[in-house]
Amino acid sequence: MTPGQTDAWTVVVILALALITVLTRTFFFLSSKPWALPHWAQRGLQYAPIAALSAVIVPEIAMVQGHLVSSWQDARLFAALAGGGWFYWRRGQGQAVLGTIVVGMAVYLPLHLLLRW
Amino acid sequence: MMGVAMVDSGLSTFEALLMGTIVFAGSSQLAAIPLIAVGAPMWVVLATGFCVNLRFVVFSAHLRPYMMHLPLWQRLLTGYLTTDLSYVLFTKRFPKHGGSAAQRHAQQAYLAGNCGVNWTAWVGCTVVGVFLAALIPARWGLGFAGILALLGILASLASSPLRWVSAGIAGTAAVASFALPLKLNILVAIAAAVALCLLLEAIRPPGASTAGEVE
Repeated sequence: MTPGQTDAWTVVVILALALITVLTRTFFFLSSKPWALPHWAQRGLQYAPIAALSAVIVPEIAMVQGHLVSSWQDARLFAALAGGGWFYWRRGQGQAVLGTIVVGMAVYLPLHLLLRW
Repeated sequence: MMGVAMVDSGLSTFEALLMGTIVFAGSSQLAAIPLIAVGAPMWVVLATGFCVNLRFVVFSAHLRPYMMHLPLWQRLLTGYLTTDLSYVLFTKRFPKHGGSAAQRHAQQAYLAGNCGVNWTAWVGCTVVGVFLAALIPARWGLGFAGILALLGILASLASSPLRWVSAGIAGTAAVASFALPLKLNILVAIAAAVALCLLLEAIRPPGASTAGEVE
C-alpha cells in the first residue's frame, strides 16, 4: 500500500474485518437452534486470543528489520517493561490498560526523541 | 490513540475513519494495522483479526439466553455493538437473564444505552485522533502506543497459567518463524500455541484447577 492514499484493497480488508467483528460477536446468536462447539474448539477459544495478541506484539517490540534486537538501547523494550510493570503493580484494576499506554509512552518518548534509541 | 495509530501506520484519512467507525474492535484493529502496513495477504490479516476476536465467541455463548427472544436483525445489531466493556458491565449488572417481559425490556434498555455511549465515545475519539495525527510528526513514533495498548489487553487476558504459556509460545514462535513469507509467522505462532496448550491441558492430571478463566 502507499502511505496516506486510499486503495481498494485496504478498504476491502476493512470491510471484511467489520464482518468478522459481527460474526464473532454474534456467533451464538445466529441460529435459533441450541448447539455447541466440539470440546476441543471450546478449549481452544481459551488460548487463541492471547496467542494472537502475543504473536503480533512480540516481534513489534523485540525485532528490528527482521532480527532480534541486538542492543539493549531500544526505547521499545523499556517502554514495554514500564507499561507491563504498571499493569501488574495495579493488578489490572481500574484503568490499568490506559495506564499501561500512558506509562509506556512516558518512558518511550524521552528515550526515543532525546536519546534517539 | 487508535486514530493516531492508524494514520501513523500509513492508512489514509478515509481508511482510518472507516476502520474506526465500522470495525469497532480495538484489539483486532490494532493487530491488523501492522499487517496491513507491510502488505500481508488479506487472508492472513483477516485470520489474525478473527483469532484476536475469538474471545467474543465465548461472550456470545454466555449472552445467548439474554438475546434469543429478539428478532435476528436485533440480535445481530446488539451483538455487533457489545464490546468487552459493555459485556462485563452488563453481565455484572444482570447476572441472570430476565424471565418476564419487563425484566427483558430493562436489560435491553441498559445494554442499548451502554453500547450507545460506548460507540459514541469510541468513534468520537477515533475521529479526533485521526485529525490530530496529521499535526504530529510520524518520527515521534506515537504509533507505538497501539502496541502498548495491545500489551495491556494481553495482560488482562492472562488470567490462567496456561494462557501465560500460550502467550509465551506464540511470542517466541512468531519471532522464530519471522522469516516466513506473507506474515505467516503470526498464524504459525497462534496455531503452535493453541495446539500445545490443548496438549498440555489433555495431559494435565484430572482435577487440576481450571479456575480463573473468566475474562
